[in-house]
Amino acid sequence: MPRRNDLHRILIVGSGPIVIGQACEFDYSGAQACKALRAEGYEVVLINSNPATIMTDPELADRTYVEPLTVEYAEEVIRRERPDALLSTVGGQTGLNLSVALAEAGVLEKYGVELIGAKLDSIKKAEDRLLFKDAMRKIGLDLPQSQLVNSVDKGLEFALRIGYPVILRPSFTLGGTGGGIAYNREEAEEILERGLDLSPVHEVLIEESVLGWKEFELEVMRDLADNCIIVCSIENFDPMGVHTGDSITVAPAQTLTDREYQMMRDAAIACLREIGVDTGGSNVQFAIDPKTGRMVIVEMNPRVSRSSALASKATGFPIAKIAAKLAVGYRLDEIKNDITRKTPACFEPTIDYVVVKIPRWQFEKFPGAEPVLGTQMKSVGEVMAIGRTFKQALGKGLRSLETGKADGAGKFFDDLIEARLITPNPDRLGYIRHAFSRGYTEEQVHELTSIDPWFLRQVREIVDLEKSIAMIKPESVTRAQLIEAKRDGISDSHLARVWNATPMEIREKRKALGVQAVFNRVDTCAAEFESFTPYLYSSYESECEADVSSRKKIMILGSGPNRIGQGIEFDYCCCHASFALQEFGVESIMVNCNPETVSTDYDTSDRLYFEPLTLEEVLNICDTEKPDGVIVQFGGQTPLTLAIPLKEAGVPIIGTDPADIDLAEDRKLFGKLLDDLKIPSPDNGSATNVEEACEIARSIGYPVLVRPSYVLGGRAMVIAYDEDTVRRYMQEAVTFSQSRPVLVDRFLEDATEVDVDALADTTGAVLIAGIMEHIEEAGVHSGDSSCVLPATSLAPDVVATIRSHTEKLARALNVIGLMNVQYAVKDGKVYVLEVNPRASRTVPYVSKATGVLLPKIAVGVMLGRRIADFTDARGVLDVRQYFVKSPVFPFNKFPGVDPTLGPEMRSTGEVMGVGENFGEAFAKAQVSAGTPLPDRGRVFISVNDRDKPGAVALAQRFHELGFEIAATRGTAAAIRAAGIAAKTVFKVNEGRPNAVDLLKAGSLDLVIYTATSGAHAFSDEKTIRKNAVAYRVPCITTMSGARASAEAVASRRRDPVRVWSLQEIHGAAATAKSSRGI
Amino acid sequence: MNTAVLALEDGTVFEGTSFGAPVERTGEVVFNTAITGYQEVFTDPSYSGQIVVLTYPQIGNYGANDGDSESAKPYIEGLVVREFSLLSSNWRADETAQQFLTTAGVPVISGIDTRRLVRHLRSRGVMRGVLSAAGSSKKEPDARELIEKARNSPSMTGLDLATRVSTPAVYAWDKPAGPCSPSDLESDPAQIRFHVVAYDFGMKRNILRRLVHAGCRLTVVPATTSAEDVVALKPDGVFLSNGPGDPEPLTHQAAQVRKLVGKVPIFGICLGHQVLGLALGGKTYKLKFGHRGANHPVINKLSGKVEITSHNHGFAVDPDSLNLNDLEITHVNLNDGTLEGFRHRNYPVFCVQYHPEAAPGPHDSRYLFDEFMNLMETGGWPARP
Repeated sequence: MPRRNDLHRILIVGSGPIVIGQACEFDYSGAQACKALRAEGYEVVLINSNPATIMTDPELADRTYVEPLTVEYAEEVIRRERPDALLSTVGGQTGLNLSVALAEAGVLEKYGVELIGAKLDSIKKAEDRLLFKDAMRKIGLDLPQSQLVNSVDKGLEFALRIGYPVILRPSFTLGGTGGGIAYNREEAEEILERGLDLSPVHEVLIEESVLGWKEFELEVMRDLADNCIIVCSIENFDPMGVHTGDSITVAPAQTLTDREYQMMRDAAIACLREIGVDTGGSNVQFAIDPKTGRMVIVEMNPRVSRSSALASKATGFPIAKIAAKLAVGYRLDEIKNDITRKTPACFEPTIDYVVVKIPRWQFEKFPGAEPVLGTQMKSVGEVMAIGRTFKQALGKGLRSLETGKADGAGKFFDDLIEARLITPNPDRLGYIRHAFSRGYTEEQVHELTSIDPWFLRQVREIVDLEKSIAMIKPESVTRAQLIEAKRDGISDSHLARVWNATPMEIREKRKALGVQAVFNRVDTCAAEFESFTPYLYSSYESECEADVSSRKKIMILGSGPNRIGQGIEFDYCCCHASFALQEFGVESIMVNCNPETVSTDYDTSDRLYFEPLTLEEVLNICDTEKPDGVIVQFGGQTPLTLAIPLKEAGVPIIGTDPADIDLAEDRKLFGKLLDDLKIPSPDNGSATNVEEACEIARSIGYPVLVRPSYVLGGRAMVIAYDEDTVRRYMQEAVTFSQSRPVLVDRFLEDATEVDVDALADTTGAVLIAGIMEHIEEAGVHSGDSSCVLPATSLAPDVVATIRSHTEKLARALNVIGLMNVQYAVKDGKVYVLEVNPRASRTVPYVSKATGVLLPKIAVGVMLGRRIADFTDARGVLDVRQYFVKSPVFPFNKFPGVDPTLGPEMRSTGEVMGVGENFGEAFAKAQVSAGTPLPDRGRVFISVNDRDKPGAVALAQRFHELGFEIAATRGTAAAIRAAGIAAKTVFKVNEGRPNAVDLLKAGSLDLVIYTATSGAHAFSDEKTIRKNAVAYRVPCITTMSGARASAEAVASRRRDPVRVWSLQEIHGAAATAKSSRGI
Repeated sequence: MNTAVLALEDGTVFEGTSFGAPVERTGEVVFNTAITGYQEVFTDPSYSGQIVVLTYPQIGNYGANDGDSESAKPYIEGLVVREFSLLSSNWRADETAQQFLTTAGVPVISGIDTRRLVRHLRSRGVMRGVLSAAGSSKKEPDARELIEKARNSPSMTGLDLATRVSTPAVYAWDKPAGPCSPSDLESDPAQIRFHVVAYDFGMKRNILRRLVHAGCRLTVVPATTSAEDVVALKPDGVFLSNGPGDPEPLTHQAAQVRKLVGKVPIFGICLGHQVLGLALGGKTYKLKFGHRGANHPVINKLSGKVEITSHNHGFAVDPDSLNLNDLEITHVNLNDGTLEGFRHRNYPVFCVQYHPEAAPGPHDSRYLFDEFMNLMETGGWPARP
């Protein structure tokens, strides 16, 4: 069955912004699908609201729409483009949901669009719990027993029959409210009573508990001829009860005999056939009772998923790419295996290494959220590590996390051991290690965690080995002992710590003893066939398969696991650096450890090292590759922290010198530089103790911004309005030292913040790529602020000043490549807040908005070319439409957290809205961010005294737009005084019905609630904002944000639904320009 | 920790840690790429005379259990692994892999770079080797001595191992395959409808179980049994089993099989397939490093479907040597084009080179057992549409 010739144009739906549970793995799958389909000669139309993706690069599709993923906008795209088919399976749950919604709304039928990948009824069968259950029963697969009950007696009867514990889920309550686990009759009775009461239909689902069972996943592919293959098996280190996305997972499965594995394989294939996934990849999850071997099917996803991205990276089998080809009619045996070149893709990869995935959490960013893991995913990113053994992979994985406590240096408390083992939490593995070091037995730890004894044995052996190493005198260590340590994944920095040496000394010692890393290949076949793809991982085996070339080569250091403040935007830059290198005829070498990314696709770079981004591992690669240059400015903070040590070790860093990058971070030197350049910045100082900090704050005046140096994403940054806050911050919130002081800056209230991305070359030419005006005022982290290109309210002289400052800074810092500057504009004066001579989070957005690929030019100038070789543009790049970037927050995953914005970044992703006017672009960005603004209804306004005058104007605007106004007493009085009708609403503590009651009742459509004093929000405000999040009512916490919202509302009432592809915005001219100078 | 040494005939030496039985064994060093199923590999008689390298690095994790053995004892000469688990973790485990192999007298070398070894065998071809896990009581094994021993050991080519591992006496088998878990989708065994005589060249139990499951009563006979004696048992069909070694020396068996062709439906697997090939005038040859694993794609030329199959063969039938007027190629390996199955155009005779009984491996090819039942039922191939 060859490719389908009846299809010509295919629409691919992306997954939208990065959110918890849906990250850049769908950029990876979507980009693969785009490439695969275009390579087959299809025209690809793409819709995705996330500008930070590779897939939304205009080069990847014929028509690229960065537009909201809603039926309304997708229909408009379909109406304009008339695709023959819609590929529904590469855009995550979002893509699948939109495909279903388009089908159900009749849009696909209306325009004759065929759903390919997964059909509507298959999707429904897989997604609807009851239909799924029936389907699985039909083919004889076992599921956890469950029943819907509507009385306590019926419930207890069923619970008795299936045995305790049982899981109770009331039907149709928000976020599963009122559910729980009952371990005995009393608890069941209590939860049933409560649950039945809370359920609007008086119904509770009782389900057999499979907590503590072993959890597995199989990645399955099927083609139209019913050929089925299992790409990869995955076993979870954490048993059932922890979301797979929050579990440490291991590939392949470690503790199944072949018979059990084949039983699971049969079940997975039967599941795909019954659900009716005709083509493509699916993942099927199973739980196995470790005592009896009973196996139940947990769920299946009829699409590519986070796990399939992991499986692709773990095996070298590109699931999404193959899925796209299967969707257009190919059979598995008609597709070649890229890696072996000779054998077909119709086979089951076999691996001769172990892969460990470890999630990365950031509970510290969400005070008030309990750091406990359960069935809802909380992690913001993940790392993958490949080792020849589980131990080696685990060690590499832990240091890939960059948590700073990779080598067991975290703080653990004896009295917390049992609690931390029983309840899954981000530190559980650390506590398991701690428990072993305190003499707990494997049996005891198994008792408390239910983690499989095989895994526990591995962890214990590592702990034992670390102990025995600590006993060895470093002078007398033998080669065999060192090899054992390295083969078991122990890092040089760990050895350095226990032996009181520096990691570099250990490295020297290691090399002197002939203990050096070698590189093995990921080849899909356990070395049975030759591999032609340099996809490598390090080990301490005896043969190196790197097979390095003698070409000119540049190595790019990636950005590691996604975290808030450092995510897909940096991967975007790294990928483009690689593409550019290849275009310039230079071999590109990628180093990264994040399995979700495009950068870790073996297709992206000439050579891929799937390795932790640590000094040890990077130097090992340099030893083997001897690159002509290493690029550190694209991967965010991760490679920057390595820049100086790498340079000291003799590694050639290209682009801006690490010393200059460092200078921009050094308060004193940078302050002097600004003085010399006569560029103003807010008064500031740096402190290494509490008194010093208070002293500085006093001298520059409150409010002040305090923060640690060397952080990304505003980690631990606060605005202090008084000395108490500064004191408390210094004592509790931050660690500092002589070399890592705390920075204290004057905080400019009500200033407008501006972000600038610029390029500079060795001749001193500077091109300003974008001057982005923030919509939220200064004080909100730049990553959490919406911003707009072009700036809408900056006076020409302010723009000129910004341009001049930026050029001076770039030259003074000898920038070669990218630079980002943050400014605050207050009363017409431009202050520099921060300069980062490296790629910023906004680079992809600016690239999309301007049609100029900034990372490509950056790489060009690093290789010695001039900006002028790439573009005729001078000064500031032109922007042809309005482009608004808006952040997306994970507050719904962290109930109890106040969703107010501040200097600490908390957004996980971003969207872009495109419009002919600011209001339209902002409105579309809000739709894409999942917080669409209403076009009518009632707006609730409550502002602090400072904002009262603004509130009146705001109320006036909303009133003109036909909104009813509701406000708290003070605000309402001010509004009424201006002659606008406003209904007074009680605050939470003033009586009922109060604002929260109205929210719950659905009678508020928009909430504008600014903080009272900046320092401490009252609980009343927090309650209202939290409920707004819970009830999905847009909640705006700044006045400037509120004004922007009014413009957006006006646009929604005025402008039609319209969309533009990036290709038509930037036109043929831009495309021609971007390919010049190659 | 005691040292073990693996020495190859070409002079390559690997040093590792000794597990299993503290003995020294000689054999052809081959590798298997299956991730699961080590116990089935240990106990597959087709591995006699071979030291097996498992490419998956973590071996022994789930121990060993009574139900997963493919014969009464391990047949491998020795085991080579990257990491050997002394702990077993599985609800069906009866003992650890260490206990299982030690009891059976099989030496294990662990901690060596198996990937390098596999790459070596892949490029140079499989070769003879000595695995010495002789233990602490004796002096450290001398590598040069071991290399010499490897060079002096018998070559696999020309070796009749099938007769050696075959059953000495006729026996009956009536146990079907059973589920391994309460959730196993295994169907109920079919009613016994046919009497099948199975030539034991080193037969895997799961073939017996699958044949019973499909509806056969089995009489297992030694490899040397004559065609006349087989016919005297009045079988509805004859089965030719898998087995170790070079098929070429099995001239007696090939002659018997030739006499049976046309008289009774015949189904062959692995060595059985090769013996059929020889019986029908074909030739066999030795593969450079063989097919051993559980992920080989084989296309069924009749249905056009691809099966993911379990393999264990070092020799293959040369398709160019077959008379295609009489024979039809039915199965081909998609990795390297190796002949994986053929059937007779005129008689109810068919065979596959790979292992439809799996164990270890996927179940995609189980339908072949049903085809054998159909053949015995109807006595011939259905008419081609």
